[in-house]
Amino acid sequence: MQAFHLAQPTMLLDALAIGNAADTKFIAGGTDLMQLLKDNVETPAQLVDLEGVGLSQIRADASGLRLEAMARMSDVAAHLDVRAQWPVIAQALEASASPQVRNMGTIGGNLLQRTRCGYFRDTGFNCNKREPGSGCPAIAGENRMLAILGGSDHCIATHASDLAVALTALDAVLELRRAGDAPRQVPITEFYRLPGTTPQIETVLRPGEMITAVIVPPSAAARNSHYLKLRDRASFEFALVSAAVALDVRDGTGRDIRVAAGGVGTRPWRLPEVEAALRGKKLNDDALREASSRAGEGARPAGQNAFKQILLRRAVLRTLQTASA
Amino acid sequence: MSPNVTRRVVLAATAGGLVLHERIGRADDTTPAPPSALPQKAIDVELRVNGSRFPLNIDPRTSLLDALREQAGLTGTKKGCDRGACGACTVHIDGRRVLSCLTLAARCQGKAITTIEGLNAGEDLHPVQTAFLHHDGFQCGYCTPGQIMSGAALIKEGHDGSDAEIREWMSGNICRCGAYPNIVAAIRDASREG
Ligand SMILES: Cc1cc2nc3c(=O)[nH]c(=O)nc-3n(C[C@H](O)[C@H](O)[C@H](O)COP(=O)(O)OP(=O)(O)OC[C@H]3O[C@@H](n4cnc5c(N)ncnc54)[C@H](O)[C@@H]3O)c2cc1C
Ligand code: SF4
Ligand code: FES
Ligand code: FES
Repeated sequence: MQAFHLAQPTMLLDALAIGNAADTKFIAGGTDLMQLLKDNVETPAQLVDLEGVGLSQIRADASGLRLEAMARMSDVAAHLDVRAQWPVIAQALEASASPQVRNMGTIGGNLLQRTRCGYFRDTGFNCNKREPGSGCPAIAGENRMLAILGGSDHCIATHASDLAVALTALDAVLELRRAGDAPRQVPITEFYRLPGTTPQIETVLRPGEMITAVIVPPSAAARNSHYLKLRDRASFEFALVSAAVALDVRDGTGRDIRVAAGGVGTRPWRLPEVEAALRGKKLNDDALREASSRAGEGARPAGQNAFKQILLRRAVLRTLQTASA
Repeated sequence: MSPNVTRRVVLAATAGGLVLHERIGRADDTTPAPPSALPQKAIDVELRVNGSRFPLNIDPRTSLLDALREQAGLTGTKKGCDRGACGACTVHIDGRRVLSCLTLAARCQGKAITTIEGLNAGEDLHPVQTAFLHHDGFQCGYCTPGQIMSGAALIKEGHDGSDAEIREWMSGNICRCGAYPNIVAAIRDASREG
């Protein structure tokens, strides 16, 4: 680990001002950043401890859900309103990491965790995301866990957050702030960037900009939402494939339908092809099967990860069945 | 820059990012801003562990795990992976189970830390410790302090409704010897007593 300066502001405005300095990173729960620091994947000159600034409230009312960035994963998952009105969020969080990590990890940090691609996390290898221009050994190498959607010739790393998949299905909005700029809001569907030729740039976040909150609108579909995570072991493992579904069904007909998937895309992946096939239709088993067979249109498997195409369709089907039962 | 930002912070941020540090070199409006955010060689932190105070002067990179083991002399907490993946380093901070390997000791000022040495005050064992002995909840014993810290927290959290629930909520603690059935039995037993 490289030496760093640890700043511990107690006011949000101070944290933003310090965070705006060059070569500086925020540290929230530290559960991802500490690993990356220990492995010299991240080498900031300064860390800004966000613990002192508060920002950990969870508020649910008729206008929706507001999760402040420093709210802990475990507290959000246990929140009774979240469980009742946005169950897919609680389920995605409880399927994430371990109880200890969830007691530490925050909502903002979770959305900004880096990929689990093994080459990225090992400085003994080349990696375009870690060292732009050095190459991507994963495309012709170990890519079983990596993306079949959204990849480029430069990077095919998956985004590892379960929460981000749930929030993508629910059309959540991120509230961002930077010293000197007016606060802005960005829909999560526009927050993550495809790797293209610049896989090192993962979001639209500006240097020094902080996520201050996540806002989730209320809806009938959100109340009837569900998360399914398929992985190599029963618990405490990242997704091979996951699916988040939110359904508003009236008289057997699908009104509002949102479907997103994890483990398959270079960012949390919305599946509009599946949604369109179900909107306004009777949601019988044939319709669900037909719609889920479209999941992952345009997929480009790299080799070892080809199984994800089939697994994605099955995960989407099972989640649709659960949510419409 | 927003006009709300205090002058002190503006000065410091434009000078390269070094701003007040609450524990050392408390900066204020009368202190000239340091030239740049140089890494601190060592900073003072007082850890409060099992009710005792440990004033330490540490490199800011020090994990709570290393501070406990190497500076406070509390070697009950174990280092397995040092990357958050095994649970051997589980301790309680302000009553919640967390991983000391992913925690910077310098961020623990003012917090109540409990390790396996202090899980129960006095000479008596904690019910989870007794149950581990009774059920043979270990073989080599390396993962055991973490398992017990996690199990004690699990019972307090109320995640002890069934064996399946105990297994899921113990999933952050890996046991290379595979003592899992006995670990679950021990926690189930201890939860009935509590
Ligand atoms: C063993 C293990 C297993 C895991 N399994 C899963 C899993 O199955 N599913 C899953 O989704 N996740 C998993 N994770 C990842 C875990 O959920 C994340 O590490 C955690 O959510 C990150 O939150 P944090 O607050 O600790 O972030 P930190 O580590 O503090 O920060 C992460 C990044 O976000 C930045 N950051 C933090 N907060 C803000 C903010 N408010 N504004 C701007 N930037 C910010 C930091 O600068 C840093 O770059 C696992 C982690 C571990 C260690
Ligand atoms: S897939 Fe992306 S993160 Fe993985 S090695 Fe290639 S460039 Fe690096
Ligand atoms: S040593 Fe901390 S989780 Fe393994
Ligand atoms: S008893 Fe040996 S690792 Fe668990």
